[in-house]
Amino acid sequence: MYVLEMNHVSKSFPGVKALDDVTLKVKPGTVHALMGENGAGKSTLMKCLFGLYSMDEGEIRFNGEPVVINNVKEALSLGISMIHQELHLIPYRSVMENIWLGRFPRIGGAKSPVVDHQAMFDRTDQLLKELNLSNIKPTDLLRTLSVSKAQSVEIAKAVSYDSKIIIMDEPSSSLTENEVEHLFSIIRSLRQRGVAIIYISHKMEEILKISDEVTIMRDGHYVGTWEASELTTATIIKRMVGRDLTHRFPSRESKIGGELLRVENYTSPNARSFKNVSFTLHKGEILGLGGLVGAQRTEVMEAVFGLRLHSEGSLYIRGKEVTINNSYDAKKYGMALLTEERRATGIFPVLSVQDNLVIANIKEYRDKSGLLNSAKMAADTQKSIKDLDIKTPSARTLIKSLSGGNQQKVLFARWLLTSPDILILDEPTRGIDVGAKYEIYVIMQELAAQGKGVIMISSEMPELLGMTDRVVVMSEGRVAGTVNSKETDQEQIMELATKYVG
Amino acid sequence: MRTQAIGGFLFGKKSLKEFVMDKAIFLVLLMLVIVIAIINPRILRVQVLRDILMMSSTKIIMALGMMFVILTGGVDLGGGRMVGMAAVISASMLQTSDYVRRFYPELGQIPLLIPILLAVIVGTLFGMMNGMIVAKFKVPAFIATLSSMLIIYGVNSIYFNMPPNNSQPIGGLRPDFTYLGSGSIGFIPVIVIFAAIVSIIVWFILNKTVFGKNVYAVGGNPEAAAVSGINITKTLVGLFGLCGFLISLSGVLEAARTGGATNNYGSGYELDAIASCVVGGVSTTGGVGTVSGVIAGVIIFSFINYGLTFVGVNPYWQNIIKGIIIVSAVSFDIRKYVQKK
Repeated sequence: MYVLEMNHVSKSFPGVKALDDVTLKVKPGTVHALMGENGAGKSTLMKCLFGLYSMDEGEIRFNGEPVVINNVKEALSLGISMIHQELHLIPYRSVMENIWLGRFPRIGGAKSPVVDHQAMFDRTDQLLKELNLSNIKPTDLLRTLSVSKAQSVEIAKAVSYDSKIIIMDEPSSSLTENEVEHLFSIIRSLRQRGVAIIYISHKMEEILKISDEVTIMRDGHYVGTWEASELTTATIIKRMVGRDLTHRFPSRESKIGGELLRVENYTSPNARSFKNVSFTLHKGEILGLGGLVGAQRTEVMEAVFGLRLHSEGSLYIRGKEVTINNSYDAKKYGMALLTEERRATGIFPVLSVQDNLVIANIKEYRDKSGLLNSAKMAADTQKSIKDLDIKTPSARTLIKSLSGGNQQKVLFARWLLTSPDILILDEPTRGIDVGAKYEIYVIMQELAAQGKGVIMISSEMPELLGMTDRVVVMSEGRVAGTVNSKETDQEQIMELATKYVG
Repeated sequence: MRTQAIGGFLFGKKSLKEFVMDKAIFLVLLMLVIVIAIINPRILRVQVLRDILMMSSTKIIMALGMMFVILTGGVDLGGGRMVGMAAVISASMLQTSDYVRRFYPELGQIPLLIPILLAVIVGTLFGMMNGMIVAKFKVPAFIATLSSMLIIYGVNSIYFNMPPNNSQPIGGLRPDFTYLGSGSIGFIPVIVIFAAIVSIIVWFILNKTVFGKNVYAVGGNPEAAAVSGINITKTLVGLFGLCGFLISLSGVLEAARTGGATNNYGSGYELDAIASCVVGGVSTTGGVGTVSGVIAGVIIFSFINYGLTFVGVNPYWQNIIKGIIIVSAVSFDIRKYVQKK
C-alpha cells in the first residue's frame, strides 16, 4: 500500500517536455530518494505534487484516493509539505511565529483577534523537544539561527501541519557534516512516526545511507525504482546518465594556440563559495566547466568577469597580470559574458532587437559630435541578423516576441559586436530547442576557429563531451580535476563532480 | 539568498563595532542633541521640553500610521494631504456659534465626537482604498498613494472652496475642541495623553494580535506568508485602513492644537513621518520596526527641528541638515539588511 502514487504524469513547457509519463510510488514510513541529473525533471515533478504547477496528464493518489491539488494550501491541508532549498521563513520574527504563521493559537476561541503567546510557546517547545531540537528556543529570532537550525525550523513546521509526506529538496546542500548527521537523525525519527520523506539530492553516499527506496529519472522520463540496498554509487550514476547520444555536434579540428587567459587561485570572500580555482584557456580552445548545480561555476565566472568579489587570486591575459574589478575592465580586456538567466540578466525584453544588439558596444557608434550614428547601428544590426541567421520579422521587433533560441543568438551577436577574444558562455543552450542548439554550437566552433577562446559552463554531459576540448570539473567550489574531452566519459565527470560532495 | 543571509548572521559575533553600526544613525543624532544642549542649555528647561513633546504628539500618531505601510516595504505619500483633509472636515463643523465667518452658518452645537468621527472615517476609507489598489491591482504603494495624494487634495480643496467659505481659513474653533490640542490635565498636556494611548494600542495590535503578526509576516517575506495561508489582501487593506485612521486622527488633533485649518494643512508632513520612522529603525525593506523606535525617532527629529531654530541655525541650513540625516539613516539601514555579493 502506498501513501502516494503519481501515475503517468506529463508536463510540458513551451518548447520542452519536462515530464513524460513519470511514475512515483512512495510507501508510508520510508525515505524515498528521487535522483537524476540537473534538468531531469525532479523539481518539476515535486512542484506538480505541491500544487505549484498543474500537470498536463496523469493522476495523484493520496492514501489510495485520487486527489487534485490546485495550490499550496490544498497540498498542506492534505498533509504534503515541502522544504525548499530557499527556506520560506521570515528572518526578523521568532521561531514560534514562523512555525504557526497563519494558524496562531488565539485567546478565547478561533475568532478572537488576540494571539495566545503562552499556548504558542508551549506547543512550539513541545514540538521542538519531540524532534530533539532543544537547542532551538521558541523565542529565538530566525536571523540569529544557522542555516541548519533554520532548516530544522522548517521541518518542525512541516511536522506541525501533521504532514504524511515531507518533500526535501537538496536539504543537505548547505550543511556541514555534523549538521547532516543531525538532519538524518530527525529524518529517522520522522520515519518512525510513519511520515514518508521524498528526498532529493545529488549526494550518492547520503542517498545510500538514508534512503529505503530510490527512483531515478532522466530527461523527464521515469527510469525505475529500486531498493536502496540493491544499488551502489556506480549503478546509480550509470542509470542517471545512461542515455543515447541523441544530440549531434558539428565536427571540427581544433587548432589550439598559445595561452589566452590564466586564472590562478581565485577564492571568494564568502566561505561557502569558490576556493582556490585555477585554470587556463588557450587560443582556439573551447573549455568546458562541468559540475553539479551549486558547484559555484557561475560564481567563479562572474568573479573572473568582475561582477563578484574575489579575496585572493590573480588573473593573466596573454601572460600579463591584469586586475578586473568590474565589467568595464573585463570588456576592456576583450572579455564577454553570456549569462545563465537569459530573461533576468540577458535581454531587455521591451527593447527592439537592434537596441538589444548594440547595447554592449554603444560607445563605438558615436560620431564626432558625440551623438549616435543610426545608419551604422542599423547596418551592424542587419549584418548580425544575417551572419547569425536570427529569425526576426525586423530589427525593430521587440526581443521578447522572439523564440528562446533567437533571443540567445541576439545576445551572442551583442557580444560579438564588441569583438571579444574571450567568451564566457553560461549554459548557452538551456531552454533552447534542438535545432537552435545546433546553430549555437556552430557559432561557438567558428569563434574558436577564429582563434578566440571560449569557456562554456554546462550541466549537460553530452554537450560538455561533444563540444569541448577540455573540461574543468568543479565540486563544492573547488576544481576537482581537468580532463581531456576525448579521453573521458560521463561516469568519470560525474565522479569528479561529486568528489568533494557530502 | 535568503538562506545565506540567515547563515551570515551566525558567523559574526555581535561585537561593539556591529552594535555601533546597528545604531549608528541613532547615536549620531543623540550626539547632535547633546551638541544643541551644550550650545544652549536653556533648551533643557521643562517648559521647553514640554513644548517639544506637544509638537511631537500629533507627529507620533501620524508616524505610527506611516509605520504600518513602511513595514510592508511601501510608503504613504498622501499622508500630509490626509492630515489637511481631516483638519478641514473636523474644523468646519466645530466653530463657535458667535464666529463671524462660519463654514456652516446654520449649524448648531453638535456633539464633539460627530465631526471627529466623520473626519477619521473618511481618512480610513481612503486608506482602505489605497490598500485595495495595492493588493488587487499590484500597484506599488508609492504610485497608489501618489495618486490618492492628488485626489485627497482635490476633494479637500473643493470642499474648502464651498460657499460661503470660499477658501477662507477656518478659525474660531470651539474651546471644547481646542482643549484636545492645547489643554492639559494638571501639568500633562491632553494631546500627549492621546499620543500615549494611541501608542499603547498600536503596540498591542502589532505585538499581541493575529493581524499585527500578519503585518510583519507580509512585510518580512510575502511568499512565506502566502504559502502559510495568510490572506494578503485582507492584511494590506487592513493596514492601509489603519494608517488612514491614525493619520486622519493626527490631522484632527493638529487642527485642535493650532486652532484652525486650511486645505494646505499638513503639506509635507508625510516626509517628516517617513524620516522619523527610518531614523527610528523601521526598515524600508519591510518587516522590521517597533513602536518605541518610531516614538524615539519622532522625538529626536522634533528636538533637532526645534533645537536648530533655538540655537539660531539659518532655516535653509536646517533643510540641508535634515536632508543629510534622512539619506544617512536610509543608507545605514540598507547596509544592515542587504548582503554584499
